[in-house]
Amino acid sequence: MSAVHPMLRAKRRREALRILAFMSPWLIGFSVFFAYPLVSTVYFSFMKYDGFAAPTWNGVRNWSYVFNDYPFFWPALRNTLWLVVVMVSLRVVFGLGIGLLITKIKTGAGLFRTAFYLPYLAPPVAATMAFAFLLNPGTGPVNHLLGKAGLPTPGWFNDPTWSKPALTLLALWGIGDLMVIFMAALLDVPKEQYEAAELDGAGPWARFRYVTLPNISPILMFAVVTGVIQTMQYYTQPLVAGKVASGVIGGSGQQFEPGYPEKSTLTLPQLVYNLGFQRFDTGSACVIALVLFALAMAFTALLMRRRSGFLTAED
Amino acid sequence: MTTHATLAPSATAPATGLPSGARRAAARKAALHWIAVHALGIAAALFFVLPFVFVFLTAVMSDSQALTRDLWPRTWEWGNFTTVWDTPGFLTWWRNTLLYAGLGTVLTVVSSTPVAYALAKFRFRGRNLSMMLVISTMMLPPQVVIVPMYLFWAKQLHMSGTLWPLIIPMAFGDAFSIFLLRQFLLTIPKEYTDAARVDGCGELRTMLRVVLPMAKPAIAAVALFQFFYCWNDYFGPQIYASENPAAWTLSYGLESFKGAHHTNWNLTMAATVLVMAPVIVVFFFAQKAFIEGVTLTGVKG
Repeated sequence: MSAVHPMLRAKRRREALRILAFMSPWLIGFSVFFAYPLVSTVYFSFMKYDGFAAPTWNGVRNWSYVFNDYPFFWPALRNTLWLVVVMVSLRVVFGLGIGLLITKIKTGAGLFRTAFYLPYLAPPVAATMAFAFLLNPGTGPVNHLLGKAGLPTPGWFNDPTWSKPALTLLALWGIGDLMVIFMAALLDVPKEQYEAAELDGAGPWARFRYVTLPNISPILMFAVVTGVIQTMQYYTQPLVAGKVASGVIGGSGQQFEPGYPEKSTLTLPQLVYNLGFQRFDTGSACVIALVLFALAMAFTALLMRRRSGFLTAED
Repeated sequence: MTTHATLAPSATAPATGLPSGARRAAARKAALHWIAVHALGIAAALFFVLPFVFVFLTAVMSDSQALTRDLWPRTWEWGNFTTVWDTPGFLTWWRNTLLYAGLGTVLTVVSSTPVAYALAKFRFRGRNLSMMLVISTMMLPPQVVIVPMYLFWAKQLHMSGTLWPLIIPMAFGDAFSIFLLRQFLLTIPKEYTDAARVDGCGELRTMLRVVLPMAKPAIAAVALFQFFYCWNDYFGPQIYASENPAAWTLSYGLESFKGAHHTNWNLTMAATVLVMAPVIVVFFFAQKAFIEGVTLTGVKG
């Protein structure tokens, strides 16, 4: 300690203060708007609290209520699994396909790219309302055209077996983010590898399988994991779709049991709202919040292990 | 005669016919490839564009026609847009959305930049841990901490019924913006900052005068993302503003519009167009910054 020169010590202190100053917005934000409420969420998950009377100790009753008696929990978890398996994988495959297509288009590439990207920007509420209209079984243009072509006309957002496929269509429409990421990854594949493969007599499929895929596999992995994480956050589209299709809608005062039709559009974030802000069961809402936290963190850890470049600065 | 005639071209083939034939075959293959790719492209474009077209066509239909299965408007009711515009509240929702998105974006950029700079350019203990925490919070759904946050803003600060519980936290750094800016700042060579320091610039001046001008594309991308995030946010206004229609935003109000005009798909679609339009206009002006930003989130790092 005494070996450190006073001037050096002063310099170190100045440096520490400077780092602290630069980091301070986030340090405050993280503590006040994340760490403190997270601890608070754990606390409330063991309390009985309706938001008005003082909270009282409730043991593990909130937890057992959510897992055993809350009728929305398991349907929401099953829907989440469905969305992870079907929606996320279809989005990755479709995103890659559109990315490949856009790298092959020579004429009017800019125009095509804009057309493919634009739906991603449509505000989720507006996009969901648009799809609720397009897919509405009675007068919607999609069923009108399907009917004319002699194809079956599903009930889409009004039919529990078709509501998630309808949401998947909406998610495929907004593929722009994945398209751009895959496009950049595809353009980064070294051209020499394709030329070498072609000299070896590799056809288009072999070139895709043995050159393209290995080169973009980290991005594929990234797309899958972030897709799963986004599914954990999936809230606005299923909620608005259910509300519009059920006809129960409107801002303040009106109550809407989420999940229409027949719990088929329930997702975990909706349960936090349903329990905490509609049923005034703060404790159980916090249980769901913690389940959501655990699931999202597990996949985030996976992402960070796979892409450690997110963490280390190469200096 | 006939055999002779058929033989004739093949007789000359070894000299010139085969190469030109091969070239022709290659050209035909390239043309077919071009046609296949562009046909697929047009089919895909229809999938992406037609929903906009149908929404727009319905938005200009008359009340009675919007209830039918017609795809094409018999009369073009441009007045639908002014009807929506004049709906009580619509203008207020616009103002609120602009306030939320505008102020939120400025606060986010100002508060996130120094943090991203520190995480990219300073070496200190806890830097990797901080980065890990930034990424974790970025990946978490807002619902994880919403219950205590609501109690904090509503019961302790009595601010529910306003958008301030959504705007104020943006003055304290946004995880996604910090992440994206840091990824970009890492690509700026150390030599620039070192040179500035040798010239006697303080760290703040180095950041403001040397590094940030180079980081303009990333800052533009962060600003756009944050603006769009606020513009599109539904959950936030639902939690804090639902009790007070004077504080609603477009995304939240749009839904209640459907409730009030439940039989009028034309007016609902006109409102939908009016909510989508600004985002699309902004995109056309800032397409490059936007696409660079998306690329940065996925490819770098």
